[in-house]
Amino acid sequence: MSTAAPPLPSGRGLCWFQALSGAPGLLPDGPRTVRGADARVGTEAVRVLAVVPDAGNRFRRVRHGEVGLEEAWTLAREVRRVMAADREQRARPIIALVDVSSQAYGRCEEMLGEHLACAAAADAYASARLAGHPVIALLVGGAMSGAFLAHGYQANRILALDAPGVLVHAMSKEAAARVTRRSLEALEELGERVVPMAYDVRSFARLGLLHKLITGVDADAPAAADLERVRAELAAAIADARAGARDLSSRLSSPTARSFRAASVAVRARLAEEWDAS
Amino acid sequence: MSFRTRQSFIELAARARARALLDAGTFRELLGPFERLKSPWLALQGIVPQADDGVVVARGRIDGAGAVVLAIEGAYQGGSIGEVSGAKIAGALELALRDCERGVRVRPVLVLETGGVRLQEANLGLASIAEIHAAIVALRRHVPVIGVVAGVVGCFGGMALAAALCSCLIVTRQARLGMNGPEVIEQEAGIAELDSGDGQEIWSLMGGEQRVATGLADVLVEDDCTSIAAAVRRAFAGGAPPRSEAIELFRARLAAIDPQQPPTPAELRALWGREVAR
Repeated sequence: MSTAAPPLPSGRGLCWFQALSGAPGLLPDGPRTVRGADARVGTEAVRVLAVVPDAGNRFRRVRHGEVGLEEAWTLAREVRRVMAADREQRARPIIALVDVSSQAYGRCEEMLGEHLACAAAADAYASARLAGHPVIALLVGGAMSGAFLAHGYQANRILALDAPGVLVHAMSKEAAARVTRRSLEALEELGERVVPMAYDVRSFARLGLLHKLITGVDADAPAAADLERVRAELAAAIADARAGARDLSSRLSSPTARSFRAASVAVRARLAEEWDAS
Repeated sequence: MSFRTRQSFIELAARARARALLDAGTFRELLGPFERLKSPWLALQGIVPQADDGVVVARGRIDGAGAVVLAIEGAYQGGSIGEVSGAKIAGALELALRDCERGVRVRPVLVLETGGVRLQEANLGLASIAEIHAAIVALRRHVPVIGVVAGVVGCFGGMALAAALCSCLIVTRQARLGMNGPEVIEQEAGIAELDSGDGQEIWSLMGGEQRVATGLADVLVEDDCTSIAAAVRRAFAGGAPPRSEAIELFRARLAAIDPQQPPTPAELRALWGREVAR
């Protein structure tokens, strides 16, 4: 069995992080792979968090932008720091800037609890949402599998740039082809027939999980107008999150969700009918 | 020690496992196989769907208190989580949360036997797993959420995060718990990283005994229905803070690890012994 070539590190996460926050966002006591800084959206400050590649990282399984042990635990800490800082004031919005190729695949990572680290990050984001922080995920690149579960999938609202390279899936296309013994072409053909199998963000938008697909923006080299556009969409999503429920129910209520996630809706309705014995 | 006959829990199918955890005579299945709520996506790919999609939702009582047991059938599609099976788990947890918010406590138990996302339903499986995480984090604030990983499949992928989010995790020596299955690590990172055929190595890294000895799971039990049911009952009395909130502890532990020369699994037991963990 041949081994995978590592994915090419994507520069999009860092590019958008710096464009939005105007800062490199290095944390004084964190790995170089996690960036955090405040940015201005509309009239308020928001906290932006990103995971980025680091070619010299001491954990070699995170050098291409993967979410590993230190990344996930640091995300958890940064989210909870925002919660602690805002305890006596209006809950600051938290923007998860998502460009993550996968969770870290490694022996050491497994032994040291990669699953727990990712759970801690998901826990922190979910807890922030429940505490009233509008949590917005902005997808600018890969949103893959366990990495997306740890960083972004607990958001009140998910936004994505409509651009090539913005991908959502349970496993990278190359890995899925190897696991299922299908060619890349066969996987792409399957994605056209079976929507949840597709990788591209336009197909993902059809599932009703996305709050908004942001079109007409240069994902690789955003101009000033692109940035303004994205800031405006972030502000709108923040306002929408503040006005809505703190759970994830909005992912089931849109007309798109009711059509493409009809089974998810039906299962819940039937469970509610049968929950209490008649 | 009494001379009662040991009854294997691992050998039981999901429905019998749920029955074994509930008070005698209280098992009541919701959305059972006769309702035929099947995956809408598998037939499109030439796979025979199963009438319960591999998840049993059972209401009943535990020590006389209202309960819900969600048991995954490892023998169907590797216990993988698709749209329907995922919605059954998330939807039931959401109803338990609704009851708890109304002051009616429901005791939730997850019997996890799963490889994670069902790759044939990729993005809808991943989405439902995010909803399961959200529900566990919200519900855990009202009532302990108990996880059981018995074996044979183990618990991997996004559902390993669900296990890590549980208030108390009960495992047997036959359980395996990890982010990535050994085969996927070998394929993605190479056989020099991890040899998935080396059973002893796999068990020493992610087996139930190791997970409890290093503080990544709570209770080690024999493969016996009575022992596991008793461990579940005891767990509802506990109130330790969730492991996924122990951010500073795990960040400090990782900082002390040299990934070029990681500890052996035995050395990790000495470093992370569970007395220190919680």
